Amino acid sequence: MSRDASSSSDASLHIDWTLCDGRGLCTELLPELLTRDEWGYPLAAAGSDVTVPRELVGPAKQAVGLCPRAALRLRASAGA
Amino acid sequence: MTLTQPITTSIAGPTGVSRLFAAGASDFRSHRAVFGPMPGAVDEGHLLAELEASGLAGRGGAAFPTWRKLVAVRDASFGGTRAGGTGPGSRGFGTGTGRRSSATRGGPVVIANGAEGEPLSRKDETLLAGAPHLVIDGLLLAATSVRASDVVLYAPTRSLEYVTRAIAERTDAERIRLVTAPETFLSGEASAVVSAVGGGRAIPRDRIVRLSESGLGGAPTLVQNVETLAHLALLARFGATWFRSRGTDEDPGTRLVSVSGDVPSPRVYEVAAGMPLLDPLVSAGARPPGIGAVLVGGYHGAWVPGTAVATSLSPSGLRPFGAAPGAGILMVLGPHRCGLDASAEIVKYLAGQSAKQCGPCANGLPRLADVLRRLARRDRAEWLPAEIKRLARVVAGRGSCHHPDGTARLVLSTLTVFADDVQAHLQGRCEVRR
Ligand code: SF4
Ligand code: SF4
Repeated sequence: MSRDASSSSDASLHIDWTLCDGRGLCTELLPELLTRDEWGYPLAAAGSDVTVPRELVGPAKQAVGLCPRAALRLRASAGA
Repeated sequence: MTLTQPITTSIAGPTGVSRLFAAGASDFRSHRAVFGPMPGAVDEGHLLAELEASGLAGRGGAAFPTWRKLVAVRDASFGGTRAGGTGPGSRGFGTGTGRRSSATRGGPVVIANGAEGEPLSRKDETLLAGAPHLVIDGLLLAATSVRASDVVLYAPTRSLEYVTRAIAERTDAERIRLVTAPETFLSGEASAVVSAVGGGRAIPRDRIVRLSESGLGGAPTLVQNVETLAHLALLARFGATWFRSRGTDEDPGTRLVSVSGDVPSPRVYEVAAGMPLLDPLVSAGARPPGIGAVLVGGYHGAWVPGTAVATSLSPSGLRPFGAAPGAGILMVLGPHRCGLDASAEIVKYLAGQSAKQCGPCANGLPRLADVLRRLARRDRAEWLPAEIKRLARVVAGRGSCHHPDGTARLVLSTLTVFADDVQAHLQGRCEVRR
């Protein structure tokens, strides 16, 4: 993880599509933020950088740690 | 923002719209005779100030302000701390094949990008053929201004032949490394460029750190389109005020456009930015009743209907159509040709050009191409337009490069501009191919 994203502000979850294999583990850990598209890839409200509200930083960290392809990164919200 | 003094020169800048090709020939002697010598001891602060005042924006497609990119690279290298040097996501580009000439990890890298990729674009090749010395001047000036330790020109084989010839004519350009670009659609995408220059494949990489902070081998890297560099070479000589004497406040200077499609004489033209879209089309021999629609910005661009070609070739003039001047690609669709058919062909090509590394792009683009093809073939399935829109939204923004976004833009523009044809096709008719 790059910066400490557990502090007060929102964080941002980046999906590296070149690594993600779409088996959807992250979507199970973060159902509030991610659904799956028809091929299984995580689908957020918008794009590749998903805003993570403070209360979901914990599960988001878990997803980052458990993603089998290391395709996720949690960063301090830098506004995209 | 104050306009600074032009750098002293005894030669005046070209007064017409033809600036980049004003030398009339590609040799070094003609270049020097018309433009004068390359400014020698350039004060980098001065050059950057002049660039900022000029408003020059990148001519490779993204139209990012040129001075900001240079400043970002300069700051990243002089700032001392290499931002993101060890953190995740800063995996530097370059595969350690030792192709960085100086191998000094410190200095920035400047790459002139002459890989157009886009089949409809000819401007960069035309520029490298007709005015290679301007591009070389611009590259050397940009390199000096950020104190680059590695200077690269990246272009397809044919363009590199022109450059090789030009470099041999002068004594100050030996430090430029030439790297061959493959002829693929995405070969000119900035992270693909850095990957290729590093000895890897010319495919985009995921990045969460800007190239200006960490690019080739982790060094701050500037990737600049060759046309942008040629304008920079003129600006450094004749100043921002001269540069702004053509074009508009919003979009100053001149730009190269590649006119193709259903026109008698497809060609590259240099035009004043902000002029009517119609003008270069007329130069290419097209007349309004013979213009069904114009694809502006290439395969990642958007359609402008033939009834709207009086709009200006500028960001504000094209915005209502979801288009932008981009890399200056204008493809005319004759009134006898079906826009749905043409778009379906393009999207099929784009799906094939996906680097297939990202799930939504690799799966979604072929699917999108398929449903659009069904619509083009007058498949009477009423759900097609809605499905096309849905798929476009599913893929947009969900790739490591803008390929899915650009493809989605073209598809959505197709449904809007050719809405009547969509209705006709759904009833099994075609307005143009009866
Ligand atoms: S857990 Fe990782 S690899 Fe699996 S779908 Fe999520 S991001 Fe992709
Ligand atoms: S979005 Fe598509 S073209 Fe871009 S890197 Fe991913 S797979 Fe390749």
